Formats: sequence, C-alpha cells, structure tokens
Amino acid sequence: MAQGRMRLTAGLSAAFAVVTVAGMLESAGPARISGSPFGYVTPALAADNGDLFAPIAEVLRHPRCMNCHPRDDRPRQGEDRHPHQQNVVRGDDGLGFTNMRCTSCHREENNAYSAVPGAPTWHLAPLSMGWQGLNNADLCAALKDEKRNGGRNVAALVEHMDKDKLVLWGWEPGGKRAPVSTPHDQFVKQLKDWAAADAPCPKS
Amino acid sequence: MTASSSLTDIFSMAPQAGAAAMPQPSRRSFLKLSGSGLILGLAAPIPDLGGAAQAAAWPAGLATDPFVRIGPDNIVTVIIKHLDKGQGAATGLATLVAEELDAGWTQIRTEFAPSDPIIYKNFAFGVQGVGGSTGLANSYEQYRRAGATARAMILAAAAKEWGVKPSEIAITNGVVSIKSGKTATLGALADAAAKGPVPSDVTLKTPDQFVYIGKKFPRVDSAAKTNGTAKFTIDQQMEGMLVCVIARPPKFGATVASFYATAAEKSPGVVAILQVPQGVAVLAKDTWSAIRGRQALKVSWDESKAEKRSTADLVSEYRALLDKPGAVARKDGDAEAALAKAAKIVTADFEFPYLAHAPMEPLDCVVRYDGSSAEIWTGSQLQTVDHGTACSVLGLKPEAVQLHTVWAGGSFGRRAIADAHFVAEACAVAKAYGKPVPIKVIWTREDDIKGGYYRPIYVHRVRAGLDKDGNVIAWHHRIVGQSIMAGTPFEAMSVKNGIDATSVEGANTLPYAIPNLTVELHTMKVGIPVLWWRSVGATHNAHATEHMIDLLAKEAGQDPVAFRLSLLKDKPRHAGVLKLAADKAGWNTAPPPGTTRGVALHESFRSYVAQIAEVTLKPGGEFKVTRVVSAIDCGVAVNPDVVHAQMEGGIGYGLGAALRGAITLKGGEVEQANFDTYEPLRMSDMPAIESYIVPSAEAPTGVGEPGTPVVLPAVANALFRATGQRTLQLPMNKQKYQSGPLKA
Amino acid sequence: MSISVNINGEKRKLDAAPDTPLLWVLRDELGLTGTKYGCGAALCGACSVHLDGEVVRSCQIQAQDVEGRTVTTIEGADDKVAQAVKAAWNKLDVAQCGYCQSGQIMSAIGLLSQNAKPTNDDIDKAMDGNVCRCATYHRIRAAIHEAAKSV
Repeated sequence: MAQGRMRLTAGLSAAFAVVTVAGMLESAGPARISGSPFGYVTPALAADNGDLFAPIAEVLRHPRCMNCHPRDDRPRQGEDRHPHQQNVVRGDDGLGFTNMRCTSCHREENNAYSAVPGAPTWHLAPLSMGWQGLNNADLCAALKDEKRNGGRNVAALVEHMDKDKLVLWGWEPGGKRAPVSTPHDQFVKQLKDWAAADAPCPKS
Repeated sequence: MTASSSLTDIFSMAPQAGAAAMPQPSRRSFLKLSGSGLILGLAAPIPDLGGAAQAAAWPAGLATDPFVRIGPDNIVTVIIKHLDKGQGAATGLATLVAEELDAGWTQIRTEFAPSDPIIYKNFAFGVQGVGGSTGLANSYEQYRRAGATARAMILAAAAKEWGVKPSEIAITNGVVSIKSGKTATLGALADAAAKGPVPSDVTLKTPDQFVYIGKKFPRVDSAAKTNGTAKFTIDQQMEGMLVCVIARPPKFGATVASFYATAAEKSPGVVAILQVPQGVAVLAKDTWSAIRGRQALKVSWDESKAEKRSTADLVSEYRALLDKPGAVARKDGDAEAALAKAAKIVTADFEFPYLAHAPMEPLDCVVRYDGSSAEIWTGSQLQTVDHGTACSVLGLKPEAVQLHTVWAGGSFGRRAIADAHFVAEACAVAKAYGKPVPIKVIWTREDDIKGGYYRPIYVHRVRAGLDKDGNVIAWHHRIVGQSIMAGTPFEAMSVKNGIDATSVEGANTLPYAIPNLTVELHTMKVGIPVLWWRSVGATHNAHATEHMIDLLAKEAGQDPVAFRLSLLKDKPRHAGVLKLAADKAGWNTAPPPGTTRGVALHESFRSYVAQIAEVTLKPGGEFKVTRVVSAIDCGVAVNPDVVHAQMEGGIGYGLGAALRGAITLKGGEVEQANFDTYEPLRMSDMPAIESYIVPSAEAPTGVGEPGTPVVLPAVANALFRATGQRTLQLPMNKQKYQSGPLKA
Repeated sequence: MSISVNINGEKRKLDAAPDTPLLWVLRDELGLTGTKYGCGAALCGACSVHLDGEVVRSCQIQAQDVEGRTVTTIEGADDKVAQAVKAAWNKLDVAQCGYCQSGQIMSAIGLLSQNAKPTNDDIDKAMDGNVCRCATYHRIRAAIHEAAKSV
C-alpha cells in the first residue's frame, strides 16, 4: 500500500516550492511558511511531498481505522473487514439503530474478559467521512474537505488524530486485534510533517 | 434389503420397538394419596428392559408417580415423562390427557416426571428418555389411556353420587353434567373417583370425537417463557450453592499433567480448586467468581494420547477412501455394471464439516451429594442414562439418587449423551468436594463450542448413470465418516456388519425407483467425540441424495419435481408431500423476479417432508433465502401449531448450518469459540416460511427433526438452477454463487 | 464496593466487585434469573436488559457502570409496550425452548418503544443481535407486528 518514496508525482510544482525553501533554510532551522498550520517545514520533507500522505493513508486504511469509516451503512469488523455481524447499521445518528445502539455492547473501554472493544464515544464515522475504497488522492481530499470532515481545518485534523480517544483505540484495540502497525507517535509526526507542508494531496 | 434405520430403531432395545407397538401394561394399578384427589397411573413394574446397559441392574419398585393428578382444587396435573427442550413435549402430552379426560385447557398443568426407567420409559427405547423424534409418537396411546381412565373413574363417581348411569353423564371442557342441569367440576369429584375401582379397559375416542387433537391450543409453557419465570438448570439457586466451571483440555484426549492453583485460589470468591477426571474444577461462591478464578488457573496438559489431526488431514484421509469399496449397506441389482452401460454418468463428491449443537442454554447440571444420597437437577434428555451414570460415579444405588428433570434451553441432540459426560463430570466434582452443598456446574459458551460431541465430518461420493432416454439406471453411493454409535453402549445394537445405521440412514432408504443401487460405508476412527445432531444421518445423506437428484434431473432434461414424481410411483406418502409443497409454492408458476426455486424431499423419523426454497442472488456471490414452503406428513398432527413451529425452527436450524456452520480443527484444537466464529442463523437470514401438514389418520410420527435436513438440498438446488453451480462442500459460504446460464 | 441502582422500580444496594458483569449481579446476587447467559460476549442478546431505557447486553455492563442508573429486566418490564409485546408472544406461542426469549422480548420492547410500526427490514436490523437456536425468528417477526397493532 505504501507508495514509492521517490516516485515523481504530479503536483510537482507545488512540491518544488516547498522543497526549495526547505532546502535553502535547512542549516538555519525550520523555515516559516505562511499557510502551514505549524508555521514551519520540517527537514523530513521528501523530494516529492505528494508522498507525504502515503504513510498517513496506510494508517487510515488499517482495519482498525477503516472499519468504522465505511461508505455505506455497515460498520466492518476484523482484519478481513467483513460487515459487522448482527446486521449492525449506522442508524440516524451514527450510533446505531433504534435498539441496537453501539453502546448496547461497546462501552468506554475494552472488555478484558469478552474482548468486546470499547472506547469513549464509540460510533461510526458519518457517511461524509466514508473512506473505504478511495485512492490516496480521494482519501486525502475527503480528509481535508471541511464540508465532509466535520469542519476541521488541518490543525484540527492533526489534533483529532493525535488526541481523540476513539482514534487512539486503534493502537490499543484489545483482544486478538492487530493494532495499527505504525506507532502512534510516528503517525503523529507524519501528520505534522504533512500538515507542515501545507497538507498536500497526491494526484492518484 | 432396506431396513428402516432411523434413530428410533437404534434405540429400540425392547422387542416392541416402534411407536405403533405400545404394549398393554401387564397390570394397571391406581394410587391415591388421601385427601389429595385422584392420582392415576401405572405403578406396576414391567420387567421387560431390553439391553440398556444402565438399566439392566435397575431394581424394580422405584416407580411411584403416576401420569395424571386431579386435585380438589380442580387442577389437572399431567406428569410429563420426557424432557421438554422446546419441542413441545409438555404441551403435546398434556393435550392427549386433556382430550380423553375432556378437561378444560386452562385447568391443565404439567410437571416433569421423576426418573423411572419402568413407568416412564419411552416405548421406542425401553428406558426413560426422548430423542429420535419419538416423544409424542411413543406416548400417543399411553397418555390418551391415562386420560380416558381418569374420565371413566370421574364418570363412575358422578353416577354414584347422582344416581344415574355413567352413560347419561357428559364431560365437556372440564365440567361434568347431566340433563337435569346438575353439574360438578372434575376436582369436586376427584376424591370420590379415587375411592372407586380402576377400570381394566377404556375406550379411546375416535378421531371425529377429538376436541383438542388436531387443533391449535396454546402451549403450556408460553407464559412462563415470556415473563422470565421459567426455571432452567442454570436458574437453580439453593442455599449454600457453589458455582463451578471446569478447565478442560484444549485437545480431545488430553489429560491434566499438572496445575498451578495458587493464583486461582486467591481470586475473589473462589472456594476450591479440584482435579477431576475431566479437568480442573474451579468452585466459587458465584458464577463470575468461578469464571474469573478459572482465568487465573494454569494447567499443563498431557497430550500424549490426544487427537492432533487438523480438519484438512482428516478430510484428505477420508477422501482417499472414496476410491475404495466399503462395507455394503444396501445392494439392489448391480450398480457398477449398470454404470458401465450408462449413456451419461454424473459424479459428485460431497464434504460435510463437524457441527456443534450450541443450544442457547449451555450444558449445566446441579448436584447435591452428601456421601450417602444425591439429588440432581438438569435438563435430562435420557434420564435413565443420566441417572445410571450418576450412580456409578457416586457409587450409590439408584434409589439413593433423585434426578429432577428441568426445562432445557434447547438440545438438538446435545443433552442426550450415551456417556452422560456432563452429568458424570458434575457428580465427579460433587464427590471430590465432599461437602453436602449443591454445586452448579456451568459450561461457558466457549466450553460448549469447543467441547466436542459434534455432528461428524462426512465425505460422500455419488455416481449415477442415465440411459439414453434419461432414465436413472444406476446409483452408487459411498459414504466415509466417523460412527456416532461406536464405543457407546448403543454400539452392539446399532452397528451391524460394520455399518452404523446412523451413518447411512436416508441414503440406504433412498425412495426412488432405481434398479441398480449400492450404498457403501467406510467408518473412520478419530479421537473427536461425536453425537447425533438434529436429524442425525439425514443431516448429510439428505443433501447428498437430493442434490444429486437435481443434477440428474438436469442431465435428463426434466423438471426436478416431475422427475422425482416419476421415480416415486409406489411411494404415495413421499409423492403426497412433494405435490403439496409444489402446489402451495406455485412451483409451476413464475417465481418473483430475481428469485429461483429449488426443491428437496426426505423421509426421516418416519415422517415425510418436502420443501421448496426460493433464493435471490446478491452482488458479491452471496444469496438470501427469501421463502421456504414446507409440507410434512407426520400422521396425526396432535397439535398442528406445534408441528408448524417445529418445521419453522427445524428449517432455521438446518439453514444456519447450511449457510455458515462449521467446526474446524487445527492441530487437534477447535478453531471456533463463540457465536462470532460459529455464527448461528440470525433474524435477517430467516426466510418467510409456510408450513403445511398432509391430513392423516396414521399414528403420529416425528416432527422435531424431519424439517431440518431438507432445507440444505432445497437451497442448494435453487442455487444450482440459478447459477449452474453445485454445492458440494458445506457450509455454503465456502463458495461464491454467481448467476450463470441456467436461469430458471 | 456498594453501588446504588434502581432495578425494576426498586432502589437496591449492590455488593459486587466493580467489574462484575451486570448479568451476574442480576442473576446471582438479586435472583433475577429471567435474564439469561448465552455467550458472555455481546454476541447473542440473551442477557438484554434496559439501562436508562436503552437496550444493552448486561454481560458487557459492569456493576460500576450502573451507579445511580435505572435497570429494567424481563421481570420488571410492564409498561404499555412491554405488555403488548408479552401478550403477542403468548398469543403466537413464539417460545420453543424459551431460553432466549427474555432477551428477544427486551429487544422488541426497545424497538417498538421508538418505532411503533416497524417494517420487516427494521426488525431485521433491530433483532439480529438476538440469537434463537430454535430459530423462532419467523414468529418473533410476526409477534412484533402483532404487538405493533396495540402499541
């Protein structure tokens, strides 16, 4: 799923500007860039900053994240992302059907005995945040689109994926579930690098 | 050549085997308890126990309780000799008494009988117990006689009191009356009736006189099962009771090598950790403490004698035998010679997985043992076997052990066990603990799914030949599988000449007129405990034979219903249900858009069932069964609504197995654990069901099981017609079904 | 740990370890055995009860979660909807072995309390978490429609 690091992608011109600035100021510490939520560019920026999104996409595509970001009304389960057993659906509010609420079974923490997963505000991402099957370009666009992402600017997105307890559950999912493979601190760094580069999206 | 071989026969130890052969008791007697009304039944030991190992040494005279009790409070209590695990035994037996007694339905109550292998024996088995869909069939005359005898005694008492002839008295809906307008309740006459003689013979009603039989009356257990008051084994609560869960080996045949109990002993609420032959028992003050205590327990297992093969190993060993001749279960003509001459040969190899029963109430048993006597509470399906096993584990005589039968939360065969292992285990715990407190042993769902006693794996090969005109001239059916009966006390009577009748039933009774027909069996030895699973041999044989018939119908260019009927010219009851189902399903009309119909037919437990399934293909290779039309001929339908319920539930149970049911082994360990990995049928899978009953005056036959096996081939045949794909491996989620050229 | 909770309209003090599943508190401590154990893992619905009016699997609720809250079990479910559901279950003789039916009924009450005229599709979504191994689903569906007539 990870894309080739050095592969040239479209969007080169935008990337070029950033890389140039970064390269120029490398020895003088982080450069301040207007429009970046963090106000600076980190040295980690690669030659093709369209690829900055690739490791993020890899995390977002992990079953622990993607299972609750379907583009239909069925949450998914398991490493094979099968539809949630028991005909579970999102309901009007993303919290389940009338009497089959997420909280009918999922509580605020993982259940050590039954392995039923839990985290605060366990719910299904809204349809507008449905990511399943999207390529990196579309996934990135969906992630950034404030009309679809719950009105979050890039800084708020990073904050969300850094601090939200339901997001963090992906790294401590309990039971026999595989946690997200990228360590969370590394993921946050990837996000910040991406954000710092003005959150560029790849073309495909 | 084709002896009927249903489970009924397997259990038939006494010479009077079979439902229709209910013997007259050698002596009727009548018991009364002073001041408590009329109690009626058979108190005479009938020393005709057949070969049941557990029953052989049973002392006479244990029998005490009768069948019908009429109290001064006007309550008529029917004593139910069989476990009711949902199949409606209590309602059915009560109906028979109410019918002949002319009792009012609302005055009827039921009570489970105590354990008694003589008074309460199943006439199909020779001991007390139920299974093989024999519950109502074997009791049909017995319980009616009990009701009729009570009625005659009530009439005699009323005649004496009112100075009229019994023939001038009527009983209607529990009210005794004469023309003058004088009336009395059954209860008011019960004491007087108890003082009179017991009639030596009574006349039973003719079907045209039936008030209850053949009509819908409410189940006796609906209210208690709707308001939460019905008490199952797991609900038993007694002073000082301990709850126990047992750590059992992960591989079948392993034993405890050593265990580390310190952490478990310190776990809150844990009272004792005990080694028993089955594993290590954790006793605690409540269920959660026991479960948590077991989590803290560390056990090392000696796996030197354990079964370590995986499912794939077993299946490949089984498949290798498909090429080799087996023991012959039926041979008409010369199938091989006819195949050699056939214009077309169709071959199909089938594979069926292990299946767990997974009743909603997991296995459980309460034992209170004080060193010299014991009481047991459990959903006992084979009371005589459970009772006898308890005696041998506890070293007590039968009269020192009281077995209380309790409502059971499903069974599907799981509570009828030749080695009574879960009762034995609970008794072993009670004995090891050695204190006279009640101990409730509970199996968790994981224990249940991993606990063995599965429907065995079977592999089949069917080869059939058609002549140039499309006539079936040869049928060669070879079955490979584990014997359910081998190694049990039932082996001697059920395994003959290398053939376990339950392995081939339904295959060796193929009803179709095929001149050259061979059925063969290879019996495998595997260290996985296996058991009958709702409809037993029919679970696999119905699918292999009925799917094959559709493959042949297609080769012959014939409609599947017409094709079957052409081969059933001298099988009117088979043909009868097939025609009824086809008619009600509208077989000859176009199915709803996007749906395809499939048909199947099978006889089991002496009942005949045909079903027509409608399926709709979904994107992605999945499908939904939208409607099933079912027709059964089960003789007299004592309570048609209970028959319909058994068909609805039986279809659902079979469909669940068809869609997703499989227990698999890896290195001898079961890979499934709970309802996520052994996913049962759920509401959204359930088709609309229409159930029809062929009117009949024949004696009643089984209804608990015969609905289950037919739905598998009916669905497979619908999918075959929709896609051209065969369903050779179960469950059906092993393959994707894509619409193909054979659109029906 | 002492926990105060309203169970079936009665104030109760529970004396249970905080992580004890509500299921076992109800059954073993309070003797309310109508609520059944079926899987212990929110896979079968046999233990369904209402927590502050919401259908929950009591095997997943811990004793510490119910402090100050209201629990209704099959024994205490008797509002208008509950009565209609129980009457329909009786009328259609839904139960076979009956073991799962407490949970089925509690789920059905939850459905009908919010959706007085559920479609078959609504029922498929509302009831799929309640397993019945006797497969009485056909009658459960019919009984929900029947109860809807009088809700």
